Amino acid sequence: MSTFVYMTRCDGCGHCVDICPSDIMHIDETIRRAVNIEPNFCWECYSCVKACPQNAIDVRGYADFAPMGHKVRVLREEEKGTISWKIVFRNGTEKNFVSPITTKPWGKHIHKVAEAEVPDQAAHESQLLFNEPDYLKIGDNRDAKLINPDGLPSRAKDTFKQGVYY
Amino acid sequence: MPTFVSINPFVELSNLIPTVALQGFLIAMAALTVGGVLLDIMHKKNVQYFFNDAKKAKERATVNVSAGKKAEIIAKTVAYDVLTSGEFCGWKRRVAHLLGMYGTIIFWVTSAILVFKYATPISETPVIISQLWHLGAAMTCLGAYWFWFFLRVDVSAEGHKWYKVIFADLFVLALVITSTFGLAWSYLQAEGSAWNNLFLVLFILSNTVLFGGVYWSKFAHMFYKPGAAIQKHLAQADGSNDNLPEPADAPKQFGLGIRRESPKHY
Repeated sequence: MSTFVYMTRCDGCGHCVDICPSDIMHIDETIRRAVNIEPNFCWECYSCVKACPQNAIDVRGYADFAPMGHKVRVLREEEKGTISWKIVFRNGTEKNFVSPITTKPWGKHIHKVAEAEVPDQAAHESQLLFNEPDYLKIGDNRDAKLINPDGLPSRAKDTFKQGVYY
Repeated sequence: MPTFVSINPFVELSNLIPTVALQGFLIAMAALTVGGVLLDIMHKKNVQYFFNDAKKAKERATVNVSAGKKAEIIAKTVAYDVLTSGEFCGWKRRVAHLLGMYGTIIFWVTSAILVFKYATPISETPVIISQLWHLGAAMTCLGAYWFWFFLRVDVSAEGHKWYKVIFADLFVLALVITSTFGLAWSYLQAEGSAWNNLFLVLFILSNTVLFGGVYWSKFAHMFYKPGAAIQKHLAQADGSNDNLPEPADAPKQFGLGIRRESPKHY
């Protein structure tokens, strides 16, 4: 699955170049429009598709994602916190999905790592990641009862929040 | 205000080069532009693609847009997307583009007026026309140099140095250099400097590159982009909307909502 750019829509702003984790979105040296220079190395992350302010980037999907010959279009609405997906199959069938944007505003919800305590040797050897188990929100009583013998946090299934998780 | 901006540089030039030759040069540049655009259309087949795409969009349309509504959409697109460069997502690029666009239009239109109407040794040129010619060139320089050094995607997103020149720079470089040489020539001629002849030659050469390079440069985008913008808004109105999903009717738990931030990785 790899992305491609509609040249009539692209205005060459470079947002896709900045966001591509595989560094394969670049600016064409002849027409100064975005181009996927190495489709084989595309991670299928859709970052560029979602980031494009002009909706100029589209995806050719593999058959494991949807039957061959389909089209995938994505509409990102940051202010609503949504990403809408539309898949049109080659027989004309349409599937529409809406997903939440999980990005949090900078400086408000991201833990300030620089201000955290320097981990000791025990923390380095633990299987818990930074800010766990607090980050996992497994209750106020974060004592040994919530930690499995293998050192990983646990939580009863009936205490899961209903609805969308992110 | 410096005095040279109120002087029509083509009056002095007409002592050196016959007025008819100056007019012939402008006509040749216009012909090169038309020829270059036509060759570009034939080679890239972009107009053919554009109309095929528009035809496909029409087949996917869910709403029948009346002729009156279409006219309204076209008028709005011209007023917003074209005249105010509204389709740019960043305000800096939009301002730089507006400076370059209107500067260039003013520069070209006043060039034609000065050459065709006031380019004889006895011409009495209205001061405002000469001032507009210089203002247009200055606006073009301001917008284009801002774009070149800071806003150009090669610099802002690719992380390249400003002096790394690529083929896509042909248009903007030729445009800004033409305006720069035009201003320099006008100033040096008004000052009586012998260097003015050098800058006159450079001005002629850069104009030739700008208009002669239409086929290879981005020059023709000024004719394509308005058409693409109109087609985009018509597709939004008729429901085909480039196959994009409908705007989401989002449940409340669907995230906090964020503000789009411009990338600033470099």
